[in-house]
Amino acid sequence: MSTEVVNEIKEQEYFINMGPQHPSTHGVLRLLLSLDGEIIKNVEPHLGYIHRSIEKMCEKDTYKMIVHLTDRMDYLSCHMNNEAVCLAVEKGIELEVSDRVKVIRTIMSELTRLSSHQLWWGVMGMDLGAITSFLYGFRDREMIIDIFEETCGARLTMNYNVPGGVMFDIPNNFQKRVKEFIIYFKKKLPEYDDLLSNNVIFKARTEGVGILSKEDAISYGVTGPSGRASGFSCDIRKQHPYSAYDRVDFKEILYSEGDCFARYKARIDEMWESMFIIEQLIDNIPEGSARETTRAVIKLPKGEFYQKVETARGEFGVYIISDGKKSPYRLKFRSPGFSTLNALNTMAKGSKIADLVAIMSTIDLVIPDIDR
Amino acid sequence: MKFDIYDFSVLTKSIHESLNSMMGETAVMISEMVIVGIIFLTLFAVLGLILVYVERKICAFFQQRLGPMRVGFWGTAQTLADLIKLLLKEPLITKNADKFLFNLAPFVLIIASFMAMAAIPFAKGLHAFDIDIGVFYITAISSIGVVGVLLAGWASNNKYSLIGAMRSGAQIISYELSVGLSLLTIIVLTGSLQFSEIIESQREGWWIFRGHIPALIAFIIFLIASTAETNRGPFDLAEAESELTAGFHTEYSGMKFAFFFLAEFINMFIVAAIGATVFLGGWMPLHFGALESFNAIMDFIPPIFWFFGKTAFIIFLMMWFKWTFPRLRIDQLLTLEWKYLLPINLINILVMAFFVLMGWYF
Amino acid sequence: MIKSIIKYIKEVLGGLKSLLKGMRVTGYYISHPKEIITQQYPENKDTLKMFDRFRGEVILLHDENNEHRCTGCTACEVACPNGSIEIISERVLNPETGKKKKEIDKFIYHLSMCTMCNLCIESCPTDAIKMGRNFEHAVFDRSLLTSVLNRPGSKLAPGVED
Repeated sequence: MSTEVVNEIKEQEYFINMGPQHPSTHGVLRLLLSLDGEIIKNVEPHLGYIHRSIEKMCEKDTYKMIVHLTDRMDYLSCHMNNEAVCLAVEKGIELEVSDRVKVIRTIMSELTRLSSHQLWWGVMGMDLGAITSFLYGFRDREMIIDIFEETCGARLTMNYNVPGGVMFDIPNNFQKRVKEFIIYFKKKLPEYDDLLSNNVIFKARTEGVGILSKEDAISYGVTGPSGRASGFSCDIRKQHPYSAYDRVDFKEILYSEGDCFARYKARIDEMWESMFIIEQLIDNIPEGSARETTRAVIKLPKGEFYQKVETARGEFGVYIISDGKKSPYRLKFRSPGFSTLNALNTMAKGSKIADLVAIMSTIDLVIPDIDR
Repeated sequence: MKFDIYDFSVLTKSIHESLNSMMGETAVMISEMVIVGIIFLTLFAVLGLILVYVERKICAFFQQRLGPMRVGFWGTAQTLADLIKLLLKEPLITKNADKFLFNLAPFVLIIASFMAMAAIPFAKGLHAFDIDIGVFYITAISSIGVVGVLLAGWASNNKYSLIGAMRSGAQIISYELSVGLSLLTIIVLTGSLQFSEIIESQREGWWIFRGHIPALIAFIIFLIASTAETNRGPFDLAEAESELTAGFHTEYSGMKFAFFFLAEFINMFIVAAIGATVFLGGWMPLHFGALESFNAIMDFIPPIFWFFGKTAFIIFLMMWFKWTFPRLRIDQLLTLEWKYLLPINLINILVMAFFVLMGWYF
Repeated sequence: MIKSIIKYIKEVLGGLKSLLKGMRVTGYYISHPKEIITQQYPENKDTLKMFDRFRGEVILLHDENNEHRCTGCTACEVACPNGSIEIISERVLNPETGKKKKEIDKFIYHLSMCTMCNLCIESCPTDAIKMGRNFEHAVFDRSLLTSVLNRPGSKLAPGVED
């Protein structure tokens, strides 16, 4: 081969399509990687494979119907999504829910956060090749899912919140089961550390990999555990407390490294904090009605209503523009995953393919949340 | 009490003689080759089936699952059913693949492991190819397998496959060193490369006990390096299903995929068998110097069970690694070899040589 | 020099220790087969009990006289976000009072469109429908997922409309 041909080949970029069907993109995310050997030069996410136009569907649905659509966005933190819509609607009709509802909502949100992080932990291990952690994560998640199933009647898309309260009151043995779970999981969580966190291979794979600086985290709007691992204090539960978060005591997990291991540790620590929050509330669920009566068809007054909550992935916002009819004029969801995905290129540039997998699992992508 | 182990060479000799009385010299040689070939092919297939089943069950129990339970008692016929499925599957070839190399690759891999199998001593005298440079032969043959992986990755014309194959090439070239050097540590003790003599030299006790600290270090290095050489987790970078979908065998289906799969398990068996032979005394029963009655009880267990038991133990260890640890990154894999295993290994050989000179072994 | 050698050895030993810790966790589970959590699903059907609130499908309740409580008010049809309920009603002449009265002809339920959101059950004024606990819905033909919930010959239970 002449030198010109060699040079021409050298100038060509080596593209790889990671996804839409790929084991580590967790859904139908398509990443266009340009590589130099194994080193990533550029990552370009392509979206649209699971777009269901949920925002447009919301414009024809009544406010009660909208709630169940939010289950289908970030299905791992569906309870928080439901809560955000309900809080926004309650803001609109100026309805104050009872303390009981607030506490139940908080407990359920924290349980959802726990279950989401458990699944993330399992998948994180699997992405890095430790398949066993996947099963252990699911094993512990199963207990929470069983509690959900008994309380809400569904395991994943629970649709438990309704404007004005929760759909059913909690069952009699709810408190007992949650307490059992907390005792059980406090024993199992150190196992997570033995299996992955302290493992020398795992540390080598995650420490110093995919660093996201605080400035970048703020400018890309990376929220949730991923943002807090970069030192960006963005916990909505602390800064704009909703439901019962103003009456519980918990720490906002902050790390300054911003690498994969910091994001990993932030989530593991959040699990401890979630259990701490649940422990504070589970014995003091106040009496009261679990649901305020609302009109059969809720109509919001003319105006704009915004409510943000902290989901397992970060800040989730619901922005409703109402023209006084039974369905919103326009509804916009601010999903945490979309903003986090934008920072992927910054994090992954210059690292290896194997690092990209680690980065993608530590930012905890849920594709239907990115692509509504 | 003098211990006497049944020598399989008596059986093989009698077969040889009876064949000699029946036909000419060339015919005897050909028919013996055919018999040995058939025996090894059967062993190959049976071992593959059993190992796949065992792997699935053990993996399941590590993960608090039950594993295959439907086909046969406790799912014992599951791998057979899978085999039938793979046999009936359409062999797909991608349009732009290099068809000749694509079809050749699985056979290169499987022939390499088949040849390596010949040098393994299963019991006293039950040995197809007792070459006097046995250890050298096996390390040489087992590295041919990587040619198959490289061919598969190249011929598939798939970018994932190519990356996987290149990773595998870098991996095997470096880990070959560690396997060889860790075996050499024991060769310093035995003074022979022939497998039958290595085993004979362990009549008084296994090298892992007699060689104490350096032998133990060599054994650990051998375990790590041989796991890497067989492309098994945590060193399964060539496949790395979360990064490269399936690595070098992404485009393979049906029986050709089954060959890759089988070769992986047979390679695991081969390295475990070598480890058992060199470090754990092959088919030699467990003996402790002074405990006569204990030694006599151990002698009752036939040597072939000793061999397979020790091999199974090492295979179990390798499965334990796979189902516990995360996968390494390619640069970390090479760091581990060149910065950790290789220097430790070289020092270890020096230490072992010194020990042998001073007679500081049991 | 010596310091770096000690650091090197510590690194190796620390790494090995962390690996052994991980192996202890998995080793515990392989040596305790009683901790296995998976269930053998079709075999455990007899003991498998779903929770009372489990939402598997919408069912129209019938009592022993083949009477249901659905008046055909279509509140559920309106409440459904996905259009999985269709109610076809007709006006039937009541021979006793001589008045024409609305009665359901077909309560059509499209399982394929249903998201089990429970909004129809909430909206029903007469508690005629309920969430069933059956979850084995797999069929070979999509058309089988559409079913008529009111049984043939069933009637509105007396006293519901009062």
